Amino acid sequence: MADEEQKSTMTRRRFIRNSSLIAGGAAIGGGLLGTLIGMNLDEEERTSPNKLTGHNQSGNGQASNRALMYFTDKENFQVLSAAAERIFPEDDNGPGAIGLGVPYFIDHQLAGNYGNNTREYMQGPFPEGTPTQGYQSPLKRHQIFDEGIRMLKEISQKNHQKKFDELTGEEQDKILTQFDTGKVKMRGVDSTTFFNLLRSAVLEGAYADPLYGGNNNMDGWKMKNFPGHQGSYLSQIEAKEFKEIQPQSLHAFFK
Amino acid sequence: MAKKLPKVDVVTIGVGWTGGIIAAELAKKGLKVVGLERGKDRSTKDFLMVHDEYRYAIRYELMQDTSRETVTFRNEAKERALPMRQLGSFLLGEGLGGSGVHWNGHNFRFLPYDFEIKTMTEKKYGKNKLGADYLIQDWGITYDELEPYFDTFEKMAGISGEDNPLGGKRSNPYPTPPMKETVITKRFKDAAKKMGLHPYHLPSANLSKSYKNPDGEQLNACQYCGFCERFGCEYGAKTSPNVTVIPTAQKTGNFELRTHSNVTRILHDGKKATGVLYVDVLTGEEFEQPADMVAVTSYVMNNNKLLLTSKLGKPYDPKSGTGIIGKNYCYQILPGAAGFFEKERFNTFMGAGALGATVDDYNGDNFDHSDLDFIHGGSLSITQTGIRPIQNNPVPPDTPRWGKDFKDKSIHYFNRVLNIGAQGASMPHRQNYLDLDPTYKDAYGEPLLRLTYDFTEQDKNLYKFIADKSAEIMKEMGADTVVTNKAAEKYNIVPYQTTHNTGGVIMGADPNTSAVNNYMQMWDAENVFVIGASAFPHNGGYNPTGTLGALAYRAAEGMAKYSKQGGSLV
Ligand SMILES: Cc1cc2nc3c(=O)[nH]c(=O)nc-3n(C[C@H](O)[C@H](O)[C@H](O)COP(=O)(O)OP(=O)(O)OC[C@H]3O[C@@H](n4cnc5c(N)ncnc54)[C@H](O)[C@@H]3O)c2cc1C
Ligand code: SF4
Repeated sequence: MADEEQKSTMTRRRFIRNSSLIAGGAAIGGGLLGTLIGMNLDEEERTSPNKLTGHNQSGNGQASNRALMYFTDKENFQVLSAAAERIFPEDDNGPGAIGLGVPYFIDHQLAGNYGNNTREYMQGPFPEGTPTQGYQSPLKRHQIFDEGIRMLKEISQKNHQKKFDELTGEEQDKILTQFDTGKVKMRGVDSTTFFNLLRSAVLEGAYADPLYGGNNNMDGWKMKNFPGHQGSYLSQIEAKEFKEIQPQSLHAFFK
Repeated sequence: MAKKLPKVDVVTIGVGWTGGIIAAELAKKGLKVVGLERGKDRSTKDFLMVHDEYRYAIRYELMQDTSRETVTFRNEAKERALPMRQLGSFLLGEGLGGSGVHWNGHNFRFLPYDFEIKTMTEKKYGKNKLGADYLIQDWGITYDELEPYFDTFEKMAGISGEDNPLGGKRSNPYPTPPMKETVITKRFKDAAKKMGLHPYHLPSANLSKSYKNPDGEQLNACQYCGFCERFGCEYGAKTSPNVTVIPTAQKTGNFELRTHSNVTRILHDGKKATGVLYVDVLTGEEFEQPADMVAVTSYVMNNNKLLLTSKLGKPYDPKSGTGIIGKNYCYQILPGAAGFFEKERFNTFMGAGALGATVDDYNGDNFDHSDLDFIHGGSLSITQTGIRPIQNNPVPPDTPRWGKDFKDKSIHYFNRVLNIGAQGASMPHRQNYLDLDPTYKDAYGEPLLRLTYDFTEQDKNLYKFIADKSAEIMKEMGADTVVTNKAAEKYNIVPYQTTHNTGGVIMGADPNTSAVNNYMQMWDAENVFVIGASAFPHNGGYNPTGTLGALAYRAAEGMAKYSKQGGSLV
């Protein structure tokens, strides 16, 4: 591991030295090169998340935004967390949605452009369309999540007289499958739409740059052997063997 | 009341690839050009921190804000069209450089067959190969006539490539050598050669080495950073309008760029355009920009929309088959196959937007169609564009979509899957067209463009044939499991497919069956030039930009001529 790390750092240093960007005296802003050179390329950022909540105890800036921007009732956040964990569970590969901080990622996204559909066409009318025409709901994403979570709670109360996050994994999966297959009646949107949104948001939170609050400790990337943000692969692109490279997040620009 | 501005020689509607080329060429010749671009300014320094899959590839940071404008869609005319509420099937560009900022840079020339498709198909296979509902036609220009313009575009862009053994004749080699050979491209080429096919390195606008173009613009060498398609290039190594034609235009002192300027009308007196009407997006103020020539360079969708809202040219009517604007809308057919490799892991996370290898043995009329139920075909490529973890979760068929098994398999196969994919040609059909939506409006109160489109029998037959060929190559490459992709029953606007929309303002030699001549000059308004893939009478078996770039250089030459002599150029 340490060897690999050193090697990749070396190659990137060599890249900077040999790069045509410098050699050719090319017209590129000093800002870019300055940042590339000044970047601490090999430092791995370690935080030790509390497995259960994804809470970051160290407060070192890597994943310190562990509080809620969107949800107001903590129970709803716990239901979301439990559902996310079933979609992307902890296993031998590594942490699941909760360990990766995915619920915080989703909470933060729901509070912003994503949750408010600021870049989507939201003018009516909203008649029902065909599946090939895409979603036609007047609901914004944060409202779809509200409704979906409300129904998750309602169904688990009705079927099990328990909170969704207190059910066994199998019981939770059964309910989630009902949503996935469109069997749950929801207001303003079909349950498959909600489930697909949830599923995508979970994967996004697991694998987006940690700057968004998920992918804690870059563990999502590590599981997939994805190196995140790297300056250049010029010196490795012809390699015959598979390269395991220490991942790096965009935090590298702000150290 | 719109504020009337002083008249200029040329106004371009949009400043992406085509608008940038027109601006550079005409400003170099001393004409005064104003470029109106609805989006914001951007350049290489805005891309320093671009390696962010979520922001750029998932939330589409660089693309059209659909809250302001989108299209409506239906599969067939008897359905009610509904808005595409978020980007999906195609990713429309917005902002300086248009889609030229976040394209991959696959840079092809359509085949000689494409330009004379009707004549050549009928000669070889008779008049009824496809049937009367398919509206194929010759382009009014041949490959040989267009060759010098291909050459100009490629030199401007510094394209890295090597000869295509089955392509049209080239007057010059590519300006820069092909990109690097990787384990993946070599594996594909070895397999293809063994099967008697003719592989070559994919012609690329991610440059293999630094290059100064004939206009003096400096392009840098690609770093294979893996964040290319859907991203801007932080190295200035992916050729975009922003690092070539736009600065070239600006250096002349004859080009004025106005960003945040959304054009809503082409003004005309029934014979000729007098200028355009636009809105300052930031203030809401309306302006009239008078001009001697109008270059409509706002991509396929808005090229069609602006002509229809401005009542220029005759709208196409699918019932009677009369009219032109909106006719021959085509897309791209994307067959392919995936290979799962159990024992190998590939560096698929490294790569460049246009790093790959291609065969054209099943493209155009490079193979005999006598016993086949379709015409044309597609280029087949393996690409190494850099896979990223949100978008890439490959699992074998029958794996659940979520949960333990999904997680485990999507992680296991992340670096163990290779794909071969085709850019399949798309033939025009009477029922596939563009017009204006009767209900939905954009942020300026203008009707949205309405897209009526579905896959045809020709498409499905082509798909099946080419998908099987992809699978054969993948098998030869040694995959443990090969999954052959299946054609969709219906075109679906939701999943991303490709931003290779074409047609609607098609070119040709006959004013009765085309909207523009082979200089992109409108038959119905001689000082209006409508430039882009909107001019393609059908879509070929490649990505479009190499060909529409050549047509843009041809149009620039025509506009320069027109500024001196006026009148029809043909
Ligand atoms: C993700 C992606 C990958 C691609 N990869 C490839 C590839 O590998 N190879 C290839 O050949 N092609 C590729 N393409 C397609 C390529 O980008 C386009 O063919 C090319 O950019 C078209 O040039 P254009 O000038 O017609 O449109 P654009 O470059 O999109 O420019 C149009 C401009 O007009 C502006 N505009 C629109 N309406 C108005 C208005 N009303 N007023 C003012 N301005 C307006 C837009 O904001 C935009 O900036 C890709 C596209 C995408 C999205
Ligand atoms: S792959 Fe190459 S051309 Fe593409 S963005 Fe990275 S450095 Fe630029």
